[in-house]
Amino acid sequence: MTIALQQHARLRLQGITKRYPGVVANDSVDLTVMPGEIHAILGENGAGKSTLMKMIYGAVRPDAGQIFWDGHPVQIASPMAARQLGIGMVFQHFSLFETLTVVENVALALEGKFDLTSLASRIEDVSDRYGLSIEPHRHVHSLSVGERQRVEIVRCLLQNPKLLIMDEPTSVLTPQAVIRLFITLRQLASEGCSILYISHKLDEIRQLCDRATVLRSGKVSGEANPAEETPATLAQLMIGTSLPEMSRQPRTPGEVKLAIKRLTRQTQDPFGVSLAQVRLDVHAGEIVGIAGVSGNGQAELMAALSGEQTLADKHMVLLDGQPVGHLDAGSRRNLGLGFVPEERLGRGAVPDMSLAENAVLTAHRQALVQGPLLSMGRIRQFALQCISSFGVKCAGPQAPARSLSGGNLQKFIVGREILQSPHVLIVAQPTWGVDVGAATFIRQQLLDLAAKGVAILVVSEELEELFQICDRIAVLTGGTLSEAKPVSETTIEEIGMLMGGVDAQEGEAA
Amino acid sequence: MLDHTTALLAATMAAGTPLVYAALGELITEKSGVVNLGVEGMMLVGAIAAFATVASGNSLLAGVIAGGLAGMLLALVFAVLTLTLMANQYATGLALSIFGIGLSAFVGKAWLGMTVTGFQKVSIPLLSSIPVLGGALFQQDMMVYGSIALFALISLVLYKTKTGLLLRAVGESPDSAHAIGYPVVRIRYLATLAGGALCGVGGAYLSIVYTPMWVENMVAGRGWIALALTVFATWRPARILLGAYLFGGMTSLQFHAQGLGIAISPYLLSMLPYLATIVVLVVISRNPQTIRLHAPASLGKPFRPN
Repeated sequence: MTIALQQHARLRLQGITKRYPGVVANDSVDLTVMPGEIHAILGENGAGKSTLMKMIYGAVRPDAGQIFWDGHPVQIASPMAARQLGIGMVFQHFSLFETLTVVENVALALEGKFDLTSLASRIEDVSDRYGLSIEPHRHVHSLSVGERQRVEIVRCLLQNPKLLIMDEPTSVLTPQAVIRLFITLRQLASEGCSILYISHKLDEIRQLCDRATVLRSGKVSGEANPAEETPATLAQLMIGTSLPEMSRQPRTPGEVKLAIKRLTRQTQDPFGVSLAQVRLDVHAGEIVGIAGVSGNGQAELMAALSGEQTLADKHMVLLDGQPVGHLDAGSRRNLGLGFVPEERLGRGAVPDMSLAENAVLTAHRQALVQGPLLSMGRIRQFALQCISSFGVKCAGPQAPARSLSGGNLQKFIVGREILQSPHVLIVAQPTWGVDVGAATFIRQQLLDLAAKGVAILVVSEELEELFQICDRIAVLTGGTLSEAKPVSETTIEEIGMLMGGVDAQEGEAA
Repeated sequence: MLDHTTALLAATMAAGTPLVYAALGELITEKSGVVNLGVEGMMLVGAIAAFATVASGNSLLAGVIAGGLAGMLLALVFAVLTLTLMANQYATGLALSIFGIGLSAFVGKAWLGMTVTGFQKVSIPLLSSIPVLGGALFQQDMMVYGSIALFALISLVLYKTKTGLLLRAVGESPDSAHAIGYPVVRIRYLATLAGGALCGVGGAYLSIVYTPMWVENMVAGRGWIALALTVFATWRPARILLGAYLFGGMTSLQFHAQGLGIAISPYLLSMLPYLATIVVLVVISRNPQTIRLHAPASLGKPFRPN
């Protein structure tokens, strides 16, 4: 590190270390961010990105190491102190209050006089200037995810930050919203604001960032100029090996296994979405994807298909030609439906129960129960088979579900469903929060399952994933489902347009 | 007949006032995301503290203050257990109620059956001469006026100031409030203590104004009604006021009915205020959207900063 750099660096970390019981989250991390630089922090889930950012933002204290701000050593004791230095953060899971309005949310993060009227006009000024259109007096619960992110960004911008931390900002955005976010970020950087951009998406980082620091298992595994790297070389730095390849066997769709016919359901939840006239057929040996930003009826559709919510008209959902709309989740599973919900802990698995016990929850149909008694031997065998066939890294069948990483638990849950040989498998967000290796493995399992003639319905926010594995893709927005199009006849851009609705139109205007 | 109406309305205000204090107190606590089921206990402890202070020859104001402090002290015990030591809020609150009932009965042995002179009615010039309503609304004791002022103050703070915004924010999402840098636990402590103090004052009103004497367990379930009021009023001050006076009105009406010798069992009649208040509030507050908008989403959930 040269003297000149030390004088000019906006932020410099030296030997930052943070230990949690049983794990070193960050191990002697060095990082330098220059004024006006867009700097990527690249790494897998669990590589220590979030912990590092929390330390810069004052939410967590480092155990060792030193932070320099504009060349001076500083202790960032709290988020309040970070903000006073000029550090703003946009959280991955937004830190907004749903029952408050936009302007109230912003007011909470600002110091000084409490005057909502003048603050509202300041919000409008900033949102005009950066093309982040938001209405100050709307309640946050009525905003789309993209709009919520804009609120977070505007909230940071009103504090005139010198460093803006963005934690996985595009994970919830449509492709068009991503393009517009990048325009805003480049404008900010050109005005001298430094940006720390946390992501595991290689393409985005190559498009946007000036420099990248790659973390692996809490350590810096390399620095790079992302524009000069290929996704493969970045992945090499990020996961230590090259990206696994996927094989796709040719398959021919058979008869209709799952039919959704004019599925209409009014929501009881004031913040929920009503489903209107949803139609879709899924054939044997076919993978159909439902794209869309969460909160557009995904949760409601999943509940209606899995049987968590029964339907007024039993003919709205047909399984193997048999009406099942009136049946509960257990009865539909008896007829050969497999279901992997979005929330792994709490819905897919009971956090405090062991893997073996979690296996019984849906796989009791595989003769794991005799009369009123559990067959401990068979349960253990089933769990062991699931663990070994699906490469679940864990301490054994007795390991509690919550002790597994997201990727390993997801492999177990998907495995549990696949081992029951379903006719139809419905999977919500199969690889959300899952590391690249496990994600590839799970996608491969789904492809192999389809090749065996199972009908698979996948709901996902990740368009690349859907394009990788699906035969046809439909888009769910505001509770209505578009026509499912063969993957070969559509593009990511087209699907993105359908996903966006209002967001997409604004994206074009900007 | 008009005099009769005035008397009934005046009695309604008086009967509703302890509930106004206690329920507004619980509102502050619950808005921060803490549910303290110890209202009954805090009211009783406030009642005996106030009565003992006044009966020992101190001023009525000193009695009110003593009641508030006693309620706050009990709330402090609750706060230490639930906010610092992470005990379950529901179980701790129930224990607090039982403890308060026992403690007040034990301390109150010495004062059993004694009486004191409560606050005098204060007529507000001009306003009190309005027919019917004047005598009911503007010829009351200072604590009734105080409860109205408190209602106005809390409504203002809750919806028009940053303090109130922060309180609501902490109750909705302590994690978000922590993430943007607010001391969640400290805010919850303050809200819990404020709530306890107001419950104590509500109890004080019962023992030194409403029926200026000490009777064991004299709060008689009003603490539970105050709790129910807070919830069924969907955490909104105006509805709490409405519910409290509805309860007060039914209580006074029931006395009048007994006085007039209406042939209904007095036991059935004395059920009426509790039943009617709950039914009316449940009916007017059953819209899930308004519940979701006003309910503190983190209610009863412990928060541990990392």
